[in-house]
Amino acid sequence: MALVASLAASAIILRGRLEPTLALTVASLLLVASTGQVRQWLKTLRGLALLAALILAVNWVTVGPVFAASMVLLLLLLVASFSSFFLTTSPDDLSLALVKLKLPYELALELSMAIRFVPTLAREAQLIVDAQRARGLDLETGVVKRIKNTVPILVPLVVSAVRRSYRVAEAMESRCFGASKTRTWLFDLRMRRADYAALMASTGLLVYSILLACL
Amino acid sequence: MSAVVVEDLWYVYPGCSDPVLKGVNLRISRGELVAVVGENGAGKTTLAKHFIGLLKPQRGRVEVFGLDVSKSSVHQLARYVGFAFQSPDHQLFSETVQREVEFAPRNLGLPPSEVSRRVEEALAKLGLTGFRDRSPLMLSSGERRRVALASVISHGPSLLVLDEPTVGQDASQKRELASLLRSFTEEGGTAVVITHDMEFVADYVPRAVVMSRGVVVADGPAEEVLVDDRTLKAASLRPPASVELVKALVNRGLILRFSLYRSMAKLASELAEGLMH
Repeated sequence: MALVASLAASAIILRGRLEPTLALTVASLLLVASTGQVRQWLKTLRGLALLAALILAVNWVTVGPVFAASMVLLLLLLVASFSSFFLTTSPDDLSLALVKLKLPYELALELSMAIRFVPTLAREAQLIVDAQRARGLDLETGVVKRIKNTVPILVPLVVSAVRRSYRVAEAMESRCFGASKTRTWLFDLRMRRADYAALMASTGLLVYSILLACL
Repeated sequence: MSAVVVEDLWYVYPGCSDPVLKGVNLRISRGELVAVVGENGAGKTTLAKHFIGLLKPQRGRVEVFGLDVSKSSVHQLARYVGFAFQSPDHQLFSETVQREVEFAPRNLGLPPSEVSRRVEEALAKLGLTGFRDRSPLMLSSGERRRVALASVISHGPSLLVLDEPTVGQDASQKRELASLLRSFTEEGGTAVVITHDMEFVADYVPRAVVMSRGVVVADGPAEEVLVDDRTLKAASLRPPASVELVKALVNRGLILRFSLYRSMAKLASELAEGLMH
């Protein structure tokens, strides 16, 4: 987690400088490769293509080609580093880590539950799209129409998400959620040597980038 | 022209290794009321989604009113097919019931006078005329189901496909649903009901198609299909309670005919006759 944060922070501090950004991007891509889920990650890149092109175009015109290229690399870097985080960390581990860092359990749970329900919402969105298409909803022609036509998709989705949250809350409460301040955990997260090394590497990277930027 | 023709239909969901449909053959004529029954995972909903083009055949052919599903868009098929999904909450989004029921005919570009006429008819058929200005999301589950149903018949489809319409419905609601389906087919429409509610099929549906593991294992008048307990058991289904009772009575020699009794009164009178002899 620290690695990702420092990579991202360093990149933002050093933005506009092509060589360092390139180096950091390569590092972030290596990080993705280390997760072992490269093919899945490549699929998510497809959605970014439009945004990347937009960033490239706007920055090229306003500042210059080198800056534009480094901005696109920055985008890639951010996506790569955050993806590698989410691809390897399960929501449960995340909430465990946050609690260890003294974050209140409820907040940590909120975050991990939000992550955990994303695939559920995606599946429901697909169901809703099917149902509305079956009533003649046109999702293919025209950009303006498509934006207007998201209402029949969004409303059922949001309503069902809110309803579900009430149901889940009731289910959790009926299983004694919140009954005691101290919760028993199945696993325990400990800092191992590798973790300390990563933490030091991240801090070192961040300090180096700040120095580089100020000189 | 038949309403639906399915020939050797195969379908695999992307990312899955096992086909869900393994060569389904089915023909439904206009004006029929058909139930497609089967255990969970048999392929019933997958098959039905082909009728409105949400899924396209990977092998084989599906034709709806002569239109080749693999060459038609959902848009084109939606004109003739009304598909009610299992959960009405996946469809309801409008501010009022009126607007919800108007959604489909307006999408199809029907003229405003036609739209209001059809909406009135649909609301009346489902007993929702008094609900027209209420928010569909605030209604009870039975009422929401009726709104969803009204909103898929309001554009005047010739084929109605209902996916598990009897879930969570009480007996009188099921009776009303059955009478709606009967009048729909009497007026020339065709209806397909996907269900594993065997009692509903036994009480109200003339023709039953049994699916199991991706193929059709039985297809015929409900009188024949629902008493074939061997085929039903192989498809992980139980015959309706009345059939099991009749079988037990036949085994004891109390009645002679092993068949589907749609009317319990008739069964009782035959039983009474048998007991008197």
